Amino acid sequence: MALPKHASTLERVWHYTYLVICVAIFIFLIAPILVIIPLSFNAEPYFTFSDKMLKFDPEGYSMRWYDLLLTFGMQAPEAPRDGSWWADAWSNAQWIQATKNSIIIGFFSTILATTLGTIAALGLSRPEMPGRRAVMAILISPMIVPIIITATGLFFFYSSIRIQDWGIPYLGIILAHATLGIPFVIITVTATLVGFDHSLTRAAANMGADPVTTFLRVQMPLILPGVISGALFAFVTSFDEVVVVLFVGGLDEQTIPRQMWNGIREQISPAILSVATILVIISIALLTVVELLRRRSERLRGMSPG
Amino acid sequence: MTDIAQPLTTADGKPLKGALMRAQARARRRAFLLVLPLLAFILITFVFPIGQMLYKSVYNEGFTWQEDVTTGDRTPIMTNLAAWFDANPPGTEPNEEAYAALAADLVVLRELKAPGQAGTRINYELSGSRSMFTKAARSANKLEPPYKEALLDLDKDWGNPDLWQAMRGASSSYTLNFYLAAIDRERDADGSIVMVPENRQVYVKLFTRTLTLSLLITFLTFVLAYPIAHLLATLPLRHSNLLMILVLLPFWTSLLVRTTSWMVLLQSQGVVNDALVGMGLLGDDNRLQMMYNRTGTVIAMTHILLPFMVLPLYSVMRMINPSYVRAARSLGATSWTAFRRIYFPQTVPGIGAGALLVFILAVGYYITPALVGGADGQLISNLIAFHMQKSLNWSLAAALAALLLGGVLLLYWLYDKLVGIDNLKLG
Repeated sequence: MALPKHASTLERVWHYTYLVICVAIFIFLIAPILVIIPLSFNAEPYFTFSDKMLKFDPEGYSMRWYDLLLTFGMQAPEAPRDGSWWADAWSNAQWIQATKNSIIIGFFSTILATTLGTIAALGLSRPEMPGRRAVMAILISPMIVPIIITATGLFFFYSSIRIQDWGIPYLGIILAHATLGIPFVIITVTATLVGFDHSLTRAAANMGADPVTTFLRVQMPLILPGVISGALFAFVTSFDEVVVVLFVGGLDEQTIPRQMWNGIREQISPAILSVATILVIISIALLTVVELLRRRSERLRGMSPG
Repeated sequence: MTDIAQPLTTADGKPLKGALMRAQARARRRAFLLVLPLLAFILITFVFPIGQMLYKSVYNEGFTWQEDVTTGDRTPIMTNLAAWFDANPPGTEPNEEAYAALAADLVVLRELKAPGQAGTRINYELSGSRSMFTKAARSANKLEPPYKEALLDLDKDWGNPDLWQAMRGASSSYTLNFYLAAIDRERDADGSIVMVPENRQVYVKLFTRTLTLSLLITFLTFVLAYPIAHLLATLPLRHSNLLMILVLLPFWTSLLVRTTSWMVLLQSQGVVNDALVGMGLLGDDNRLQMMYNRTGTVIAMTHILLPFMVLPLYSVMRMINPSYVRAARSLGATSWTAFRRIYFPQTVPGIGAGALLVFILAVGYYITPALVGGADGQLISNLIAFHMQKSLNWSLAAALAALLLGGVLLLYWLYDKLVGIDNLKLG
């Protein structure tokens, strides 16, 4: 990117203008996400920086919105914070309930999506797979079809088979979220299988390994980074999904996004910003893990740029 | 040496060709069996429900069948009227026979407690007619011949030719009327297709708005993504991987979080307005209205969809050999000419991939317009949700969804043809 010595003045001016433009676009990308972090510590119920915050006066900052997350919905939020207070929070606080639900739904839908998706990706990456293109198009389509159409279809489908009466909690949402997560698993796992050396499996078979052993001892370690990033994608998809939950979820099936959605639509308070901050920190952590996995996978397959 | 063409055989004496074909068939079967569980899962939990929903756009039995919720018994309703419609062509003036059929059907409705259901079905096409059914069914037993006068005495609107046309359309469970409604058309009294009155034309306008806003958003993401993708592609990998995190972090952050941030920024008492007022660029009393309107939708969606444009552009630009541009420069091209005639044409595949992806995602967007869109920033998805949850006109919602889905699938097919789904990458 360095400018050559012979560049004309105009080129120099343009070069620096270009860099300024790029910096501005990066700020546009990242600032909206970072700006909510300090605002979530606002001592006032406003969505903008108060004078005290701008002067870095400690009085302008507080943890009150994080505290509200814990106490909201509790039976006795004012009680002294001993064991029974925490027990109350654990079983009654609305955000804690929503977190539990989100984790349960996310966990099971991720397991389902990752298992089915990984097995299918193995088949899809074989050159002899019949109708590969069409099948792939169908399997990726949940990512492309507008979410409102998926949610509407599932609403009718679940009410026609009366899934609520089956007695398995969250079943409808788990199945739907698995469907939405599958495209991500397929994409990441087939990407790791590109350039997979099939003579390795043949060599394993040659030495007497049955297909299951071959898969577990030879293929799996090589594609594991892709499987884990696929699973993380599927989990994030489920953890962030609100429309399907709104359409097919029962009243008691509150999740974090649904609670946020209600909060934003009804009484938007800075408590939403503290949830958002926590979610941003989680996504930074996940991004780091996926980045590390991607590099590891590239190194394993000898595709590392150095 | 004999030169009789001996067919090649395997060790156990079978023809080699057959053995090979069997082995290949086995390999194909094995590959397919691996995919089968997932394919079945997707077909059951995704493709079938959507098909079932689309069926609702052409099938509505509100005016033809009544189902008892507790027992599940199904009874045909409005049979006399349907028979009269079958016997008489569209546009026939309803005679005494027709009114008698209607009166007989109203008695059935009253017994089944179904006038609300039948009235709702007609109400979709002609608002205000639901109460006519409930009212007429209440006094159905007291109706006496001549039925025409009796019904017109109850409500003179029973003579409305539009009402009769609506009932004719609804008397068959299969109908395309919801598709007509979804493109602002209706059938007039003689059954020919006409535009609805201007004050009720909403859907075509909304489809147009969805398309123009999506195009605008696609264009904006292109304008913003091109410079940074170019920067990322020309920097050494060590630096570009670091900067790439700035693109991937928004991609990984919850959609609701990003939408919330934009609400915080764009509010009239929000950060952007406060900053502008603080810098003296804006008077305190004329703060910019950037949210709950089209501007809010466009800004927030551009930000949210930007990574989907950067990533395909970046992967194409990475592959471009820099020596082409150098060659052009050494042959005397100015940097602008070299960019315009050498560099830019090589990035067109990336632009196509990114633009199609962003456009496909933008057309079906729901959450962001619902939260920051206000009244005039709503897209077609929001209207589908409205008909699903508020007006409860599910067949119309299904028809709108079918039109949207048709458009999206067409673009998806195009994407597969031009780019290939295999080339979809996530960071």
